[in-house]
Amino acid sequence: MRLDIVLRVAAKLILPLMLVFALYVQFHGDYGPGGGFQAGAIAAGAVILYGLVYGLSAAQRLVPVAAVETMVPLGVLVFAAVGVAGLLLGDNYLDYDKLAHDAVHGQEWGVFLVEAGVFITVFSTMLAIFYAFAGRGIKE
Amino acid sequence: MESIVILVLLTLLAAVLVAVVRTRSLFAAVVLLSAFSFLMASVMLVLDAVDVAMTEAAVGAGISAVLFLSALHLTKTTEAPPRRSALLPLAVAGITGAALLFGVSDLPPFGIAETPMHRAGPDYIARVPAETGIPNVVTAVLGSYRGFDTLGETVVVFAGALAVLALLKRRGG
Repeated sequence: MRLDIVLRVAAKLILPLMLVFALYVQFHGDYGPGGGFQAGAIAAGAVILYGLVYGLSAAQRLVPVAAVETMVPLGVLVFAAVGVAGLLLGDNYLDYDKLAHDAVHGQEWGVFLVEAGVFITVFSTMLAIFYAFAGRGIKE
Repeated sequence: MESIVILVLLTLLAAVLVAVVRTRSLFAAVVLLSAFSFLMASVMLVLDAVDVAMTEAAVGAGISAVLFLSALHLTKTTEAPPRRSALLPLAVAGITGAALLFGVSDLPPFGIAETPMHRAGPDYIARVPAETGIPNVVTAVLGSYRGFDTLGETVVVFAGALAVLALLKRRGG
């Protein structure tokens, strides 16, 4: 008989809250504390909790290894591409003033996209490290 | 009031650290380190550094503890008795600690308004709302004014993932 029913039910209750909180920290970072790094760590924590309670293979069905390993460089590329977009629009690298019709909106878009890049890389890095550690214990 | 809270938290931090050093059970050490991170996050919260507190709680207390436990799963859970004398590690730790204390003595006093960091602060607080329209100054500084630094940090995280995957990932099954 499985004795981890409490863990399973508690995890099911807390997981949606963690994911919503990660989204809140990500998208409310302009107004309150937080940003891409914190949101990425919290979202990765949610997936890691899911993996701890329901098993590594369940977590890897939710977020496949291939997706994780694509997202690690993708976030850095998104960040760097925002800089290049600024260059192409006739501004300095990582200067967002010309990304939209006026400087304030350009800054908001720039920070939003850059935070998205940070989120993608941090989220996938935490998961990649967890998968790499947890995967070693399993004998195939 | 704030200084009392800080004193209590720092005392607890010291107590947890002594317990971490004295315990031989690695499992207990991991749990205590997680508690240490939560206390540290509380210290950051009292110092009004909410962003740092969130990072410390999520990464330090949560994810690192899981990674330590995964590593423990692959090894033994009690610390082996040391095979060699502890004199050399003690000397290394002592010298490093002395160097850090020497470095700390060069820091400006806590909370002094004259430091370069605090001279730049009011300038950012005045400029951020008009130039970026982002109410949270920390986000604006990290994302926009110090975009290069943040790009560098993201590359560091990326490099960390690469290093761990290169070391731990099994090739071709």
